[in-house]
Amino acid sequence: MLSQEDRSLLYILSQDCRLTPEELSIQTGLTPEYVNKKIKQWEKDKVIVKYGLLINYEQLEEDRVTALIDVKVLPQRGHGYDKIAQRFQKFPEIKSVYLMSGDFDLCLVVEGHNMHEIAQFVSDKLSPSELIETTSTRFILRRYKQDGMEFHGEEEGPKRLMITP
Amino acid sequence: MKEYLSPLAANLKPSGIRKFFDLAATMEDIISLGVGEPDFATPWVMRESAIFSLEQGQTMYTSNAGLLELRRELSKYMAKNQGLQYNPDTELLITVGASEAVDLAMRALIVPGNGVLIPDPSYVAYAGCAAIAGADIHYVPLRAEHDFRLQVDDLQLAYTPNCKVLVLSYPNNPTGAIMTRDELLPIARFASENDLIVITDEIYSDLTYEGTHTPFATLPYMKNRTLHVSGFSKAYAMTGWRIGYVAGHPDLILAMTRIHQYTIMCAPIMAQIAALEGLKAGDSAKKEMLLEYDRRRRILVNGFREMGLTCFEPLGAFYVFPDITATGLRSDEFAEQLIKEEKVAVVPGTAFGPAGEGHIRCSYAYSTQQLLEALSRISRFVKKRI
Repeated sequence: MLSQEDRSLLYILSQDCRLTPEELSIQTGLTPEYVNKKIKQWEKDKVIVKYGLLINYEQLEEDRVTALIDVKVLPQRGHGYDKIAQRFQKFPEIKSVYLMSGDFDLCLVVEGHNMHEIAQFVSDKLSPSELIETTSTRFILRRYKQDGMEFHGEEEGPKRLMITP
Repeated sequence: MKEYLSPLAANLKPSGIRKFFDLAATMEDIISLGVGEPDFATPWVMRESAIFSLEQGQTMYTSNAGLLELRRELSKYMAKNQGLQYNPDTELLITVGASEAVDLAMRALIVPGNGVLIPDPSYVAYAGCAAIAGADIHYVPLRAEHDFRLQVDDLQLAYTPNCKVLVLSYPNNPTGAIMTRDELLPIARFASENDLIVITDEIYSDLTYEGTHTPFATLPYMKNRTLHVSGFSKAYAMTGWRIGYVAGHPDLILAMTRIHQYTIMCAPIMAQIAALEGLKAGDSAKKEMLLEYDRRRRILVNGFREMGLTCFEPLGAFYVFPDITATGLRSDEFAEQLIKEEKVAVVPGTAFGPAGEGHIRCSYAYSTQQLLEALSRISRFVKKRI
């Protein structure tokens, strides 16, 4: 169970991972030494897996396509879904792999430069596998919100008065 | 037409922030730390429930005391989170903001000439509402050397036998001070000994950053002599909806409800519905806002201390109240010169009462980027003077 201080540290890091231990120390009231030690520990324990960046490629007018591919697989005796999931996660094109409830077993998030590239990947790498029963590919057309960030919110929120009691 | 005004209306002083509001309004590109409201919009679950209620055509009056479902949920919330026991049928009244609750309390209690003890500095509405009710105002200074916690000695000095009401407000606007249970106990004894009714405005109670908030009405023998005022504006970021409430003895709540029924009728139904949703489902959004405020609070306190100013650590609300006497300026001079030179708006401590002299109120209901930019400008301003 996280302490209140550690929860606060993790929250602030999740909002802005560029902050230095000194800045984090100011914002949490913890010492820089503790902050440093704690972050190193979390990195070692894989609590912090990676320091991320959220990019809105639409703004760059870059060709980039993301697909959600639902996959029905034949679970393997003694391994369940783990073995096939671990095989999928090796593909650099596959950004995320989730075991799901519902009609399909796994959900893969696949990125490519265009729809053709992803279609090629599905037909070349996924569908021929003897462990895959069926797939269903859905392309993301527009990203409105991701990781808690709104991509197409109002430019400027409503204005507050300058001074209020 | 001034000759038509009643002496009471004619003599009512404008709020102390008015001058700076007017000054700030004439300037552009101001970074303002002068706002006493959250920078977050009301959590979406609450806004969405109000939108849905409008779609459903829920646009009628509610009962004078407010939706019974809201009072019931509020009663449960207060019992679970604050240890307060109030009967939703007879001991709770939903008001148009906490300010209306303060106004109703003053009107229900005050006979012209009764004394009201008001901490100084404090939120501007207490003295205003007391004056409208015809009260004789007795300011009780809150001192920096006591971290702005009310002291019985100071109460004793301000008290005269005509005093009937004591106003309390912790966590405090403008200082950000809180008072612990042990520190409140002598105040409770003083209220008992002098037969005072205590109007306690605890609207910032959910914004307490260390320890747990002690509602004054939970102290021994205090429930009957306390009017517990609060609202949804701060913790749920609902300032514009105007939803507050007051809890207290059924005789007092009944009298206040009668005044409310003639002057207001009822708080707006869509705002009551949004507040109800907040009690049911707004907890996680509230907690996230608290984490964010706590982080900003530390940035601002650290920033002022690094400039060489004394800044006591506020443990509640969303204000810091640094001491600016090292600059050799009075509060209003500091605020006026700062806005003109560096385009940063802060509120002079004196806007909240004469004991606020030597301090400025800075709100941290702003993004960290805005706070850091404001701190850098204030630092440049201060360095030229100390």
